[in-house]
Amino acid sequence: MVKLDLLAILVPALPLLGALFIGFGRRKLKGNSAGMLGTALVLGAFICSLILFLGRDGQTHIVHVFDWIKVGTMDIPFAFQIDALSLWMMLIVTGIGSLIHLYSIGYMHDDPRVATFFAQLNLFTFSMLLLVMGANFLITFIGWEGVGLCSYLLIGFWYTTPEFNYAGRKAFVMNRIGDVGMVLAMTLMFYTFGTLNYVDIMDQAGSFAPSNPLIITATLLLFLGATGKSAQLPLLTWLPDAMAGPTPVSALIHAATMVTAGIFLVVRSSVLFELAPYTQDVILWIGVATALFGATVGLFQNDIKKVLAYSTVSQLGYMFAALGVGAYSAGMFHVTTHAFFKALLFLAAGSVIHALGGEQDIRKMGGLKKTTKTTYITFLIATLAIAGIPPLSGFFSKDGILASTFQDSPFAYGILVFAAMLTAFYMFRVLFLTFFGSYRGTAHPHESPKVMTVPLMVLAVLSAIGGALNIPHIFGGHEWLKVDLGTAVEGVLGEHMALSASTEWMLMALSTALVLLTIWYTWTLFGKKTTLDGEPADMPFLKRLIAKRWMLDELYAVLFEKPFGWLSRNLFGIGETKVAVPLTVGSGKAAHGVAEWLRKMQTGNTSFYLFGMMLGVVVFLLITLFTA
Amino acid sequence: MENVMTAIRVVPLEHYLILSFLLFSIGMVGALVRRNIIIVIMCLELMLNSVNLLLVAFSAYHSDPGGQVMVFFIMLVAAAEVTVGLSILVLMKRNTDGVDMNILNRLKW
Repeated sequence: MVKLDLLAILVPALPLLGALFIGFGRRKLKGNSAGMLGTALVLGAFICSLILFLGRDGQTHIVHVFDWIKVGTMDIPFAFQIDALSLWMMLIVTGIGSLIHLYSIGYMHDDPRVATFFAQLNLFTFSMLLLVMGANFLITFIGWEGVGLCSYLLIGFWYTTPEFNYAGRKAFVMNRIGDVGMVLAMTLMFYTFGTLNYVDIMDQAGSFAPSNPLIITATLLLFLGATGKSAQLPLLTWLPDAMAGPTPVSALIHAATMVTAGIFLVVRSSVLFELAPYTQDVILWIGVATALFGATVGLFQNDIKKVLAYSTVSQLGYMFAALGVGAYSAGMFHVTTHAFFKALLFLAAGSVIHALGGEQDIRKMGGLKKTTKTTYITFLIATLAIAGIPPLSGFFSKDGILASTFQDSPFAYGILVFAAMLTAFYMFRVLFLTFFGSYRGTAHPHESPKVMTVPLMVLAVLSAIGGALNIPHIFGGHEWLKVDLGTAVEGVLGEHMALSASTEWMLMALSTALVLLTIWYTWTLFGKKTTLDGEPADMPFLKRLIAKRWMLDELYAVLFEKPFGWLSRNLFGIGETKVAVPLTVGSGKAAHGVAEWLRKMQTGNTSFYLFGMMLGVVVFLLITLFTA
Repeated sequence: MENVMTAIRVVPLEHYLILSFLLFSIGMVGALVRRNIIIVIMCLELMLNSVNLLLVAFSAYHSDPGGQVMVFFIMLVAAAEVTVGLSILVLMKRNTDGVDMNILNRLKW
């Protein structure tokens, strides 16, 4: 028990130590030392998590670190909750995190602020661990805000470019909108349950009838927080812009870990969501809409990282759709496999960008198959995985989600299959344009160093075999992840597949066939091309709309930015200059004027002062006389 | 103690009142109009002592020793005050070669 406590504290403590040490010693740490140290500490956290994971006993352990807030009936300890769910997330965060740290040593080696970068990366890992390990909503919220802050810092890491700063600011503001929901949800839950501990809330929630308005409101607010962090409609526009950050950041934050915080939160509070069918419907349809939105926008992007960003948005939509139909283990499974293949895609894209000296436009790539062989093979594996080609990991996780949604709503299933076809299209478009045909750019491509390709290979293996974690029964598997998560997440074991085996086979064959068809179609469009057609001048309306990202940014500009700007200008023009300034400056002037006048009383003549004193005494005596 | 009380009660209370009123007024007018700082300090002492006299008189007439306690307090404060006042006086004499109180208005900013 003592060992568990110690290990559980070490897991977040190591990255925090790294953040502080590297952060304060960044001027002293030369060369690769900062990167080595940061990587080693995260790796240490991974090893601790692994020991905890291997020694798990299916119970929920609360590791009480210290009493934090203890006022009246409010008792919020600083404690960690160690169960199957948090252990699984810890493994993902520290495992993928240490690979990305390792990769960053190579990617950032000639950046002058490399130590700052690793300090922020470690701080991010710490925050994310706090988020997944917290035993109550408030600890989770600290991590929640911490990852928001680190995201802001890392997106704007190259702060000399104003657009990057705007992107960072946008991410921060968008996340704050979601946080409002989170704070309100916490307040409401404290009001309802009198505690913020997950265990206590989930215990008490059992006594509430389904569709209790309090529970529905709380879950909707929690989901608002989740949409902000996990880039769902309507709060998704920050994620594509967040690609301004260095590529490892995109891989770590915007693909593998931070964006899954929303999913984690919903799974963690699954008991509440199970009681609110209305919220589950909202989650399902927002997830489906986001999956479709991301997939369509991904079709026409030319920046390799932007395509991957919209792909992330789309995949997160899948995960939420799974949560919406109550398939928590399917959602978590997709979180895991997505962490593998999306981190791989980003890191491989980073390797390509690195090889081309910073070029991100896929129209200026091509033919890189020969020059960057490792990158090509790993990227190919990741692409096959995300497209859902059996037997790679993405196939199993995506199929799990599709089957679950088919049970609940065939219409949602149809949209998700369509989005899966679009996914295959845009991913293979990127693959073909980048690695096939002939080179269209001017740089001299070269393969990245070992420190970058080794993480790629590890992730490629994971992307390929990750599906083995949760092989469904029809393939003779035992759904290991589902059983494991079932010890921690209420309702997971109850997810039963009502579909008959033949229906399941049909669905699987259908989606795989459609995806293969799409890949063939993409090949005919882009596979053999050596030159690119220019953009046609008159695109159809729908295509133009999608290419402009459904005008979502423009819509927000009209709906929120313009009125807010107008309000601010008027508050300045009228409120500030006509009201606030006259009031404040006027009162200052009045005090000054009165003082100027009263100053004359100080003649310097001592007799005059004495006279004033006596006059005062007389006046007071008279007052006492007449009022007594 | 009783003897002192009786001795004080020999004189009627009105006389004490009139005497201290006169002493106080002299002190006040002196403090206000005179410019020699030595005189001003003496006038202040005069005012304090007129009040002392009145306190003793009332104390005796009311058979309440509290008034006499108050007198000792006032004497103590007066002693301290005179110390400060005379120090200022000495410094004034050294620095300005005079004891005119109006010289102090130079201290005005």
